[in-house]
Amino acid sequence: MKTAVIQFPGSNCDADALHAARLTLDPDAQFVWHTEAGLPQGTDLVFLPGGFSYGDHLRSGAIAARSPIMAAVKEHAERGGYVLGVCNGFQVLTEAGLLPGALSRNRDLHFRCAPVHLRVENAHTAFTAAYQPGQIIEIPIAHGEGNYYADPETVARLETEGRVVFRYLDNPNGSLNDIAGIVNERGNVLGMMPHPERAVEELLGSVDGRGLFASLKGAWPA
Amino acid sequence: MPTYHAKVIVTLKPSILDPQGRTVERALSHLDHANVSGVRVGKYIELTLTGERADVERQLAELVEQVLSNPVMENARWELEEAQ
Repeated sequence: MKTAVIQFPGSNCDADALHAARLTLDPDAQFVWHTEAGLPQGTDLVFLPGGFSYGDHLRSGAIAARSPIMAAVKEHAERGGYVLGVCNGFQVLTEAGLLPGALSRNRDLHFRCAPVHLRVENAHTAFTAAYQPGQIIEIPIAHGEGNYYADPETVARLETEGRVVFRYLDNPNGSLNDIAGIVNERGNVLGMMPHPERAVEELLGSVDGRGLFASLKGAWPA
Repeated sequence: MPTYHAKVIVTLKPSILDPQGRTVERALSHLDHANVSGVRVGKYIELTLTGERADVERQLAELVEQVLSNPVMENARWELEEAQ
């Protein structure tokens, strides 16, 4: 599964993302700099990594969402290509209009960096099929602006359409309905605040993130 | 071409929790200003634009809506003055 990890100025989980992608999906996964006009030929998965693109200036993810490569990422998503946005990548996806809602300051203003427990709410997506429905997994978070907000109609729609994919058991940031990750209507774009790429090796304390990459691999025709 | 100065003020929507505003409010209260309430912290952005007024107004409205603020969680207002 050909994977492109997009690097913005200020991305700092890009190497983790590349490592996880190479380990689980594509030994040739590569970085793509944000000023590129297009994605490498045949890209299957675009990985928008965590970090602080453009120093979170204006709003988290706002400037990155308007950088040149994002036009190609949008086209890729419209064609049904997979897009995974983690942490700042999730913020970029909402700012780019690829996912609904917005991420605002954590309820208590603290930067939260800790392993958290998530419930897999929908195990029928390309990102979660390798998990059991309702499975509890441990994945680390590291963010100051992960408080998911959307208007009540949007949240109701996400809930009824099964688009809330991961939910916090112990909400660390004040997100509405304990939302930790959502997919778009078509199910090919996932945004989540926790970092599955930091939970792919025993050494890291959890391998629960592997299920997400295994799901993607399984969704991909061999 | 005339030149205009724009002032854009962006604030969180009233329905959105503003933890920064609440923290400032609490600090003011600790400083014996207990009569202060409703503190909201927002952003102030200045821009200079050149062009005909109607075009510049249209452009600014678009920029404010699409880049300078996030309508999901923020309100924005702006003023435009011709530069002297």
